[in-house]
Amino acid sequence: MNKSTSLKTKLLNSPYIVWSALFVIAPLIFVVYYSFTDIDGNFTFENVLSLTAYTDTIIRSVWFGVVSTIICLVIAYPIAYIMAHSKAASQRTMMIMVMLPMWMNFLIRTYCWMVLLQDTGIINTFLGKLGISPVHMINTPGAVILGMVYDFLPFMILPIYSVMTKLDPSIVEAAQDLGCNRFAVLRKCVIPLSMPGVISGITMVFVPSVSTFYISQKLGGGSFELIGDVIERLYLTPNQNNVGAALSMFLMILILICMAIMNKFSNSSEEGMVI
Amino acid sequence: MENNIIIDLKNISVAFGDNQVLKNLNLYIRDGEFITLLGPSGCGKTTTLRIIAGFTAPDEGQVYFEGKLINNVPPYKRHVNTVFQRYALFSHLNVYENVAFGLRNKRMKEKEIRETVKQMLELVNLKGFERRHINSLSGGQQQRVAIARALAVNPRVLLLDEPLGALDLKLRKDMQNELKNIQQRLGITFIYVTHDQEEALSMSDTIVVMNNGIIQQIGTPKDIYNEPKNAFVADFIGESNIVDGIMRDDFVVDFSGHRFDCLDKGFAKDEAVDVVVRPEDVDVVPLEKGMLKGTVTSVVFKGVHYEMIVDIGGFKWMIQSTDEQQEGDKIGLYIEPDAIHIMKKSEYSGMFGDYSSFSEEYDELSNAEEPEEADGEEG
Ligand SMILES: Nc1ncnc2c1ncn2[C@@H]1O[C@H](COP(=O)(O)OP(=O)(O)OP(=O)(O)O)[C@@H](O)[C@H]1O
Ligand SMILES: [Mg+2]
Repeated sequence: MNKSTSLKTKLLNSPYIVWSALFVIAPLIFVVYYSFTDIDGNFTFENVLSLTAYTDTIIRSVWFGVVSTIICLVIAYPIAYIMAHSKAASQRTMMIMVMLPMWMNFLIRTYCWMVLLQDTGIINTFLGKLGISPVHMINTPGAVILGMVYDFLPFMILPIYSVMTKLDPSIVEAAQDLGCNRFAVLRKCVIPLSMPGVISGITMVFVPSVSTFYISQKLGGGSFELIGDVIERLYLTPNQNNVGAALSMFLMILILICMAIMNKFSNSSEEGMVI
Repeated sequence: MENNIIIDLKNISVAFGDNQVLKNLNLYIRDGEFITLLGPSGCGKTTTLRIIAGFTAPDEGQVYFEGKLINNVPPYKRHVNTVFQRYALFSHLNVYENVAFGLRNKRMKEKEIRETVKQMLELVNLKGFERRHINSLSGGQQQRVAIARALAVNPRVLLLDEPLGALDLKLRKDMQNELKNIQQRLGITFIYVTHDQEEALSMSDTIVVMNNGIIQQIGTPKDIYNEPKNAFVADFIGESNIVDGIMRDDFVVDFSGHRFDCLDKGFAKDEAVDVVVRPEDVDVVPLEKGMLKGTVTSVVFKGVHYEMIVDIGGFKWMIQSTDEQQEGDKIGLYIEPDAIHIMKKSEYSGMFGDYSSFSEEYDELSNAEEPEEADGEEG
């Protein structure tokens, strides 16, 4: 009995195992392999060492990632809170509003922001009509971060919202019962209990923010190249694939470290991550 | 016990949409008493507690605390604490911090907090559990943390919403004793909710029997058991045979084709009434000596006694006796005057107290088809 169950389990798992071997493990091995080989396939540390040239880019990427994650969190938390405490019908409406931008292609969304932010774009035209002199927005760090926040905001809202809807209302009542006013309830109960959602939100926004490309090219005008852009460029340049692989590997390690740190936080709030 | 009224509910009505949950409820609670709200599921017990705690605002009516209107006082400012139906412990904090939660809100000194938490955990027998995580506790232990947490802030009134509902019978009995002890030791008013009539009878100073958002009867456990006001109360509290009778005069009642002496008076001559006879108050006697004669239709051994269903002129009585009878035996029944209780006719007349539908098979059938049916009976 036991044996046949475990065989069945194995059979059921096998497509997944094959899938991950083919599409997750194998590419990872390739990345590591290319990172440590030169164009002729000889072992070398050259690629890894040459990454020092990209220190600025790496710092900028992490910095932009951190800033956009923080902005996302600040915007998303109240939205998630309000959503979770609304009537079922309005919850559904708000959910659609949050998801709507995600139905549009990522490239098109970014292009739309270009059109909006350009010196002669829609916003500046509108400001001009009001008699306000044009504001330079495109090709600034602000524009890049705006694009990131816009793209990744739903990934912050959804996990926080999902944790909050599962929060037992009688916990909040118990806190009130024991002398908490509305702010104290928020500080002592709602926020600590929603930490698992916050942590997976942070992970889900920070990881794509650090590794994003294209947004910075279109909204930053090429002056704020990020890791993702560099990797893209290196892979498109002949003979540079191995450096690109090394940079990819570095990015992966960076993200793993960040996630490990976040996991440490979430362990103390025991629920575990949604991710 | 003092006679000071600590909480007074006046003409309270609450509706959720079309569902009228409490209908013009009036109830006062004395300082230091153990009062129990008893009633079937959905009768409005939790809602009544929530009104006292301040989580639900009544549509109509007033809530007074020591004579002061508190309708608009938010929960965190009321001198009332709650032990919730499903505990509602803070799972992000350990046992110590859960108990200390209310004390920290009071900005108590750390040293005093430590003292109080220690005291409270001793009170509920959880010494040494300070650092334990909430999710690592058993149901009974969580229960006790919830009680300690509510008691720590030294409330005037403690509201307990079916606090023992999730516990097994043995633990339940222990906790009943513990709670009663705690209440007596601290002299705090307990407002206790349960749908278990035995629990209510054994713990309370006062019982409030509710049904459909209406108070059916308020009284001491003895009053409620011995002198139920109507068929609902008689049936909900323990087992009862409820038969139609006619009051011939003061202290004389006719039922089941026989004239009985009783201790009740003050009814109109020939007034139709409900007569309650508890199963344990009927004596089995030889056929010729019986006031009533009947045929045993079923016998179930219950440990302390045998529970028999006896057919008396088509009406099935439940009778408890320590002497075993056989199915089909014809027996005589003898009822003392003080075993008879007379009630005025009510909307519940004829709805309860006939055991003709009471048999093992029926129980199974009805349980399988309509689990709701059994609610009133269980308790
Ligand atoms: N927030 C609410 N919204 C709508 N209906 C509610 C709400 N709270 C309670 N009710 C309804 O009010 C009625 C009484 O509920 P209440 O919780 O007071 O019952 P109860 O006596 O505590 O029952 P139980 O023994 O099952 O806990 C029920 O019909 C319930 O469905
Ligand atoms: Mg309830």
